This record gives sequence, C-alpha cells and structure tokens, in this order.
Amino acid sequence: MKKNLVMRPVMLAALMSIGLSAAHAQGSAADGIAKYREMLQDGNPAELFEAKGEDLWKQKRGPKNASLEQCDLGKGPGVTKGAFVELPRFFKDTGRVQDLETRLITCMETLQGFNGEEIAKTPFRQGEMANVTALATYVATQSKGMRFKLPQAHKQEKTMFEVGKRAFFQRAGTHDFSCASCHGSDDKRIRLQDLPNLTKNPGDGIGFAAWPAYRVSNAQMWGMQLRLNDCYRQQRFPEPKFGSDVTIALGVYMGVNAKGAESIVPAIKR
Amino acid sequence: MNFKQLTTSMAIVAVAGLTATSAWADFDKITADVVKKSFQDKGTVKVDRLDTDEANRLCSAADVKGKPLAKKVAQKIEADNLKTIKWPAEGKFLGDWKEGEKIAQSGRGLTWSDAAGTPNGGNCYNCHQISKEEISYGTLGPSLYNYGKLRGVTDPSAAASKAIVEYTWGKLYNSRAYNACSQMPRAGHMGILNETQLQNVMALLLDPASPVNK
Repeated sequence: MKKNLVMRPVMLAALMSIGLSAAHAQGSAADGIAKYREMLQDGNPAELFEAKGEDLWKQKRGPKNASLEQCDLGKGPGVTKGAFVELPRFFKDTGRVQDLETRLITCMETLQGFNGEEIAKTPFRQGEMANVTALATYVATQSKGMRFKLPQAHKQEKTMFEVGKRAFFQRAGTHDFSCASCHGSDDKRIRLQDLPNLTKNPGDGIGFAAWPAYRVSNAQMWGMQLRLNDCYRQQRFPEPKFGSDVTIALGVYMGVNAKGAESIVPAIKR
Repeated sequence: MNFKQLTTSMAIVAVAGLTATSAWADFDKITADVVKKSFQDKGTVKVDRLDTDEANRLCSAADVKGKPLAKKVAQKIEADNLKTIKWPAEGKFLGDWKEGEKIAQSGRGLTWSDAAGTPNGGNCYNCHQISKEEISYGTLGPSLYNYGKLRGVTDPSAAASKAIVEYTWGKLYNSRAYNACSQMPRAGHMGILNETQLQNVMALLLDPASPVNK
C-alpha cells in the first residue's frame, strides 16, 4: 500500500502529460500511455496485484485449507504458464466453456471448498472477488509475452464463438448500441480514446490482449469480466451476470479473433 | 457444485444438434437463450432493455453476416422510422446553441449507474467533432464542424433553409429514417432527448451565431 501511495504523484504527472500531448497533437492517447508505461517500468502498480495473486495461489485457504497449486487451468493441474492465452476453453469436469476468472472460482470451490456461487455474486473489488482479480492477474502474467491461440476443436468452443459473434453485433437498449458500435472498425476514437477493432486481431497488447489491466484513471485492477461489465453499462444494456455465458462467448469471440496477438499482461490502461 | 449450476445455458449448447444446413438458425436460437439468461436488472436499467425492435434485429443479423440489408428491407425500415418523427410544436426548430453545447458535451443518462431523473446528455462529442474549441471529440461519426455554414444556412427560418433544417431535425429525432442501420442513437424516438433539448442541439448545428458555424 505504501508503494501505491508513493506512486500517486508520478501518476498525476503522467496523466497531465497524457492530457497535454493530446491537446498539442490531437493525437492518440496511446502515446501518453506509452510514456506512462515507460516511467513505471520499475513499478507497474499491477505488479502489486500480481504479487497478491501469487500469495493467494500458494496459500492454504478456505474450508478445505488447501492451496490452488493443483488447479487445472486447461493445461493440466498446476500448469500456469501458457494457460491464459488459451482461455476461454472447454473443461470436461464442469462440462462448459470457462474463462480464467470463472475457472479460478471453480478451483476455489473444488480445491478450497469456497462457495463459488457466492463469490460470483460478490461485487467487483470486494471480498473474494478482489482475490479472484488478483489471482487472474497472477495467472495471466505467467503467459506474458505469449501469443493468443484459443482452442476451437471442441463443439462447444465453436458454438461459443458463434454465440459471441452474435452477442457482439446485438443492437439494443435506449441507444441501439452494440459492441460493434465502438469496436467494429479500424482507427476510431471515442472522445480522445482509441478504440480497438475487435472483429479481428487488433495487434499485440491491444484489445483482448491488454487485460487484465491496471486502470490509471481510477487506480483499479480490472479483469475481462469487469471490462465487459463496464462496456455493457456504457452501452445502456442491463448488467451481465458475472461469468454468464454471454461474457464467456464474447471472450471466445475476441480471443479467437486475437489469434497471434501478444499478451502484455499486466497492462496499464488510461 | 453450486457454481456449475449458476449458468445452465450450456446445457442448451450441448444438446443442440447442429447440422450444416440448420446451424445458422440454431446459433441464433442458442444466442437468444444465452442472452436471456445472462443479464439482470441493475439500478434503473431492467432486462427489458434487450427487447428491441425489428430494425435492430435485422441490422444485427446483417452485421453478423457481414452483408448490408437488401435494398427493399432497408427502404422499409427507413419509411417506418420516418413515420415516427414528431415535428416540433409551432414549427420551432431552433433553441439556444449555448444549451445545445452543454447537451452535446454530456454523456450522462440511462446507464445503470445514473440516478433516476438525471438529465440525459446527447453524447454528441463522443463520436463527432462539433465546435472547433472542443478538441476532445470522437471520430465514430463525421465531423459536424461548420455544419450549417457548409450547407449554406445563413437564416435558419428562411424558406431556402427549410429542407436542411427539417432533415437535421429528422436525423436527430430518428436517424434510421435516412439510414436503415445507422449507428447513431435515435435521440427523439427513444426518448433520450426531449423537444427542448433537440431544439437546443439544432441551434448548436444551424444557428449562424453558434461557434460551430464560425
């Protein structure tokens, strides 16, 4: 926490430089963010969440007093390296396609004895949900620099891609927005914020390959579940339930589209 | 295994027999079931926000296919939406551009985190350049800088301006009247902006005194 406090003035300066560069150049906020990343090379705040996640992964916890070290994230019990860039994927034991966050909750339930349903209903950044985010940051970081290659061999994985594609283009709500309203074409901005085109591979460390990420604007660590939740809020849609199939399907759609994109987790975002 | 029961829609995915010919329709059906189970009410936003109209369904399906709508279908959507346009009382199309600028700036309203009764903004700058002074604008829509000036509007109440003034009102009220699958919210039709707010945004775009036309 102390480390976090010390960083605040640096963040403020970086944010100001983001604002200034935008004012000068009408250019992308990405330049400012890149500068900010450089300044934080030795102290990315996301690393605090990664460290917390590593502790949680190894610590004996829950009613069963067990660690998560035998959690199977798709590449066998305990294998974390490379697991993230192949998620969401189908899991035989649960009979469903799962993303990193929902899979972690399954492990917390089966290995540690937590109540998964209760965790899934916990608001973001609170209680065990905050731990899920930290764990996701840790596990995802084990695949830093690796390229997305989601499996599409299982029928349910293929189905979820098709469902995700349809959810992506679903127009509804008071504003008739869909995901594609903002993320359907190249080189667009909302205000000064660059928008990735998520109907294809938008590039290394962009879009799906940029989460989980530390958000400078609110000093919070966000996983993909919260990222999607806030997108739907801005779309004027009702709230997607945590881990619901629409969120998993969108993960499959974006992840398959991002094939070959390098994961830069843990990322820093505006 | 409570968490496994949390979402049961995968069962639908598993049992659906997907033959090559029916796969497309099956995916549509599975998606509808998944969507139905995946969302919940929050704040003032209820799940009925997902109950949308035929135009949205047709446009979404066209987007999934990556093909534009058939011309006839598009024309029908446009004609139907044109009929919904409510023209302003007593022919008063323009209000106060200064108020219009505030509406264009505001992105508030109608999300689950907005308190009930929050005045809705127009979200205009999220997608459009409008006045030259505001440099933080989006590029999803075309630039509207010099909107009236470029269209030769020197006196919005003159007969020569009638066509463009009416078109602009219609476009703000229900964008689909002119472009079946427009990405622009239907500000009047969907009750995002009221008549007074629309008049003010109209002034921002068309009043020769507005910074937009300087």
